[in-house]
Amino acid sequence: MSARANILNKLRTSLAGTTPRPDEFDESLVTGPWRYPPEERIARLRELMEAVHTEVHQTSEGDWPARVAELLAKREITNLLYAPATPHGEQLARAWKGEAGRPALRVYDRPVEEWKAELFNDVQASVTGTLGGIAATGSLVLWPDRNEPRLMSLVPPVHIALLKASAIHDNWYNMMTDQNWAAGLPSNALLVSGPSKTADIEQVLAYGAHGPKELIVLILEDV
Amino acid sequence: MNQRIPVTELTSDFKGRAREALADSQLRSNFRTAMDSLMRKRADAFSDEDEREGLRELGNHIRARSLSNLPDLLEQLETRLTANGIKVHWAETVEEANEIVHGLIEAHDGRQVVKGKSMVSEEMEMNDYLADRDIECLESDMGEYIVQLDNEKPSHIIMPAIHKNARQVSALFNEKLGEHVSEDVDELIQTGRRILRRKFLEADVGVSGVNFAIAETGTLLLVENEGNGRMSTTSPPVHIAVTGIEKVVSNLRDVVPLVSLLTRSALGQPITTYVNLISGPRKPDELDGPEEVHLVLLDNGRTGAFTDAQMRQTLNCIRCGACMNHCPVYTRVGGHTYGEVYPGPIGKIVTPHMVGLDQVPDHPSASSLCGACGEVCPVKIPIPELLQRLRQENVQAPGHEPVSVKGAGSKYSRKERLMWRAWVMLNTRPAFYKLFLWGATRFRALAPKKAGPWTENHSAPVPAARSLHDLARDHLKNSDILGEKS
Repeated sequence: MSARANILNKLRTSLAGTTPRPDEFDESLVTGPWRYPPEERIARLRELMEAVHTEVHQTSEGDWPARVAELLAKREITNLLYAPATPHGEQLARAWKGEAGRPALRVYDRPVEEWKAELFNDVQASVTGTLGGIAATGSLVLWPDRNEPRLMSLVPPVHIALLKASAIHDNWYNMMTDQNWAAGLPSNALLVSGPSKTADIEQVLAYGAHGPKELIVLILEDV
Repeated sequence: MNQRIPVTELTSDFKGRAREALADSQLRSNFRTAMDSLMRKRADAFSDEDEREGLRELGNHIRARSLSNLPDLLEQLETRLTANGIKVHWAETVEEANEIVHGLIEAHDGRQVVKGKSMVSEEMEMNDYLADRDIECLESDMGEYIVQLDNEKPSHIIMPAIHKNARQVSALFNEKLGEHVSEDVDELIQTGRRILRRKFLEADVGVSGVNFAIAETGTLLLVENEGNGRMSTTSPPVHIAVTGIEKVVSNLRDVVPLVSLLTRSALGQPITTYVNLISGPRKPDELDGPEEVHLVLLDNGRTGAFTDAQMRQTLNCIRCGACMNHCPVYTRVGGHTYGEVYPGPIGKIVTPHMVGLDQVPDHPSASSLCGACGEVCPVKIPIPELLQRLRQENVQAPGHEPVSVKGAGSKYSRKERLMWRAWVMLNTRPAFYKLFLWGATRFRALAPKKAGPWTENHSAPVPAARSLHDLARDHLKNSDILGEKS
């Protein structure tokens, strides 16, 4: 008998004569305490994200490319990984075109195997979009895809994420049910709630464990 | 580096190790400080008692519901994962699981494995198994990395290196890595980051655990703060996840309360930095992510615990570690004293099903039954009740049927059983009790001077010259309490 058959048989024998418990999921327990008036969502998300060392800026759809340039200049960052095929990528390239002193734009346009060392060693920062945000826990939701692959938000030491104010949900439960996530998830879906960190030595919090050392969130207030 | 000296071999038994740990003031102070802080953080994260209790009730409901339908859910999980392109493997024992993992690594000529935190891989002693076959299996969680570097086992399931302070970690890095690092925690972490980043870049295979496996969508959910879990599951060309068969839940929405309970109970965080939902390998049009994803489902005694409706509750566990953070025994003796993969209260109730109660006979009694573990458990496992049950199983007479816990009865003693029988007889039959009192008071000088372990630290009990009954009778007579003055 296979391990699979043995395990399932043992479990079924133990359950003989019993019926599965009915589903009594009380959704008010995961939504009730976590609702916010629309005007408070940004403040809530900001407060939680800043508490874990995320840098949050409120800006507008027209202004964010200049803001990115400013933030990178302050850090003396000379290159930025971006996704030209996305609307925000296109906008960034357009806005930066012809401007002097902008960081070099790099593109994740081939399988990671072809440039892994470069990605790990050379890329200083990345900018990606987000699927939305969650006010209750101060989280960004990322659904990486071909344009903005999984490692794009993980490997570069600085990750800049664009978040539309209108895409901030009250809580995770409402977001996943409103958007019917259960009908189909991507290869990888992520909640990101700050730069990477650890408290494994003496419970002392240290940022920049294995992922980004800095997470910068730009909230686009007018979209 | 991969050579690991099991802590169990240093001192033979729980009591011996406990004595050593209790005498180590540095160790005790490291644990005391950490546990006090973790308790405070949890309390702050659950400031609303009603909200907390409602959520615990829901957490218990979800876990119990999942277990009540476990075989069907496992099949559904397998079907969904397979449809998503994730290959599912089943293992009854840790040997089988190790063989599966090794086979997968060999199939890709893998030599370097990088591992995110996984307690099931600790059950398997996967690092040792692979090291014996010339495969480097490197821990990438900072705490696990430190522990592996020192040939130790984790002393806490969430904070593996909590028994060490920064000075000790700095000394370890200087000794093992030849790195001259100060005691500054940031500097220590940056050193780990630098070394492990190279490993993430080079690794052939990434191994991880699973916090929840979602049957409805065929998804593996992992929570973490460091990013090593994402690295291990994204950067290498092959990802192998290992987990226990109990980790499955029915629906995607079920993980919302469970993740909240887990991160708040474990670390007092509203959520971890990353919640990573993996539902498949790299798709043809995608540019990264592993080409292959495998899930190894491990039994290792879990079906044994499942046979008994009471002990089945041990499988509710979501591995948050809150029970150990709140345990007065764990805080004093530390994780290594338990000598097993899972320390603390939860370790005491899950380990017997894995290794047999006869291997850990002192675990159920290493508790004051204060109840703190049961009170904080996010999925409401009645840990104190299960400890009492294991105490009974420990002294089960030979031949007792059915055997519901592997290795039960190792503490059975005929003499002890006879003594309790006599005690029951005395206390349930007034005539015997009177006779005993009469004898014990008259012949009190003959009371034994040695009463087993009791008299190692206490003076021997000597019966009084007159019994309480006797004295009370006199008292009532003399005070005339029944007379007209009352």
